[in-house]
Amino acid sequence: MTTATAAQEVTYVEAISQALDEEMSRDRRVFLMGEDIGAYGGAFKVTEGFLEKYGEWRVLDTPLAESGFVGAAIGAAMMGLRPVVEMQFADFISCAFDQITEVAAKNHYRWGAAVPMVIRAPFGGGVHGGPFHSECPEGWFFHSPGLKIVAPSTPYDAKGLLKAAIRDPNPVLYFEHKFLYRRIKAIVPQEDYIVPIGKAEVKRTGSDISVITYGAMVHLALEAAEVLHKEGIDLEVVDLRTLIPLDKETVYASVRKTSKAIMLHEDNKTGGIGAEIAALLAEDCFDCLDGPIIRIAPPDTPVPFSTPLEEFFLPKVSDIVAGAKKLAAY
Amino acid sequence: MDQAVMANDIKRSDLLEMYYYLRLTRSLEERITALYRQGRIVGGVYTSHGMEAIAVGYASALKPDDVIAPFHRDMGAFLIRGFSPGEIIAQYLGKKTGPTKGKDGNVHMGDLKRGVLGFVSHLADNMPVATGAALAFKIRGESRVAFAGTGDGGTSRGDFHEAMNFAAVRRLPVVFFCTNNQYAYSTPLRHQMAITDVVERAKAYGMPGEIVDGNDVAAVYLASKRAVAKARAGEGPTFLEFKTMRMHGHSEHDAAKYVPRELLDEWKAKDPILKAERLLAQLGYGETSYFHEVGERVKKEVDAGTEFAEQSPLPEGRETLVGVFATEDEVQP
Repeated sequence: MTTATAAQEVTYVEAISQALDEEMSRDRRVFLMGEDIGAYGGAFKVTEGFLEKYGEWRVLDTPLAESGFVGAAIGAAMMGLRPVVEMQFADFISCAFDQITEVAAKNHYRWGAAVPMVIRAPFGGGVHGGPFHSECPEGWFFHSPGLKIVAPSTPYDAKGLLKAAIRDPNPVLYFEHKFLYRRIKAIVPQEDYIVPIGKAEVKRTGSDISVITYGAMVHLALEAAEVLHKEGIDLEVVDLRTLIPLDKETVYASVRKTSKAIMLHEDNKTGGIGAEIAALLAEDCFDCLDGPIIRIAPPDTPVPFSTPLEEFFLPKVSDIVAGAKKLAAY
Repeated sequence: MDQAVMANDIKRSDLLEMYYYLRLTRSLEERITALYRQGRIVGGVYTSHGMEAIAVGYASALKPDDVIAPFHRDMGAFLIRGFSPGEIIAQYLGKKTGPTKGKDGNVHMGDLKRGVLGFVSHLADNMPVATGAALAFKIRGESRVAFAGTGDGGTSRGDFHEAMNFAAVRRLPVVFFCTNNQYAYSTPLRHQMAITDVVERAKAYGMPGEIVDGNDVAAVYLASKRAVAKARAGEGPTFLEFKTMRMHGHSEHDAAKYVPRELLDEWKAKDPILKAERLLAQLGYGETSYFHEVGERVKKEVDAGTEFAEQSPLPEGRETLVGVFATEDEVQP
């Protein structure tokens, strides 16, 4: 288990672990549920050592039944606890779709019951997981009122957003990107902090084109920005961080500044979050656009397994560079 | 069916109160059906006609800080938990004074302060949720119990099985029940499952189960008391199958021609109100004049409730936008 010591570099996955540990120490209402999170420490070792520290009633290994334990988390949340549920892989969230969209999302609207719970969902590709271990399911829930959705891209955001999610009085889906787990490191503050839900962040300022993105794609956009900078094209990278509630102000401010927008995500193109933001820009920022809104996203296929197929499927720096050049020409 | 209840099994006052709730449930639901037939209620009307003893019996067996997750034919439980006839009719009429302020209809209502988890149309969805409530009680070491159910059809859902299994594994203080009313909408039990008794399903989870005459309020009450006592004592969940018959259609627009007439005639003779009256008379707790008195009292209450609901305002269209998200002060302590 990671413990907060002197300010040090932590990986994305350590930041998540720290957030859980600190919140469990801070608030007795917080408890964890999920498959293999106890003695094994979770498929990605996020909860390693937690069982010994917090006991079997705060770190619950559950039967293999996502709908059942998400439903149980909803019930416990309504009774005043703060459950944090781990989906072993975000893909398996489909088994709990009904409880999330029909019960957790609607309870407050229907009859005033607050459901303060978090579902952690390790998502995304680039890890040769194939069609059932690489999915980006956030779009399914983006369309479902009553849920909050966050998707951090850095250790700082991962820690701060998880703390904010645990403290939020609503059901929050926390999409953590598996590809970033041990690849991204950063120094995070020693003292307690949160990253507020609902606030995007401009991760790189630029004047020519706005790239609106989240999750692992933020890093891809930053890489593309370096390449394009050498060619005289200046990208601004907007990291949404929260998908619902969407920070339209930050997105609009960026696009009003650059007049050009690229939507970049790892979820399938059709009906993805980029499509919604493109529609919003067309509705609200049409006057300031100097070119078409471009979407860069995987094709509408499941995530394939074999290396060349997965590489073909996932957006690449070269896709962003090509898209930006096309747009720059307008 | 013979009732083997002895005078010292149930307190006189408890049985009299249950009788009152049986009559109030019947009277209220008859009024709701009448309002529906007059076109004053939009949407579906699902009644517990002929099944009133189940909700009245189990809800009477619980303490106020226990939590219930009622099935959609559990009107009696809502009443016992303090939902007034006026609030309930307002809910059916889509009025602002209903428990969901017009956001949802009919028995799709709940209130955490009164320990009622709001009903969800996706049958059995509330069984894992109630299990989670029981988990919270266990984690905090509270002496509280959750009581959750569905119909025979609902026990085919995965969520039913996932809840049963999880509760059994962790020995949670929850009681599951099934109102086996023999039809899931129009689908008879024999097309729902290849077993005759739903209680068989509990065996797979290592959970004790019991078949109870669902038309006998005393039997339901006593079985529920036993199951709740076990749950409270840390002995884990129990499954109760309440055998009964749905005397109306699935909803009031359904004439239920698929149900054989002889079956309904057979169950009409087992009407839970008549059964309760026979028991009260047998124990010397009540007689015809008392039954009549209760009938008058509940009619007045339903009349007053109808008036309250009809005079209540409808919500304004813009209230649609309110309440998607909760605020911190709404979280249960």
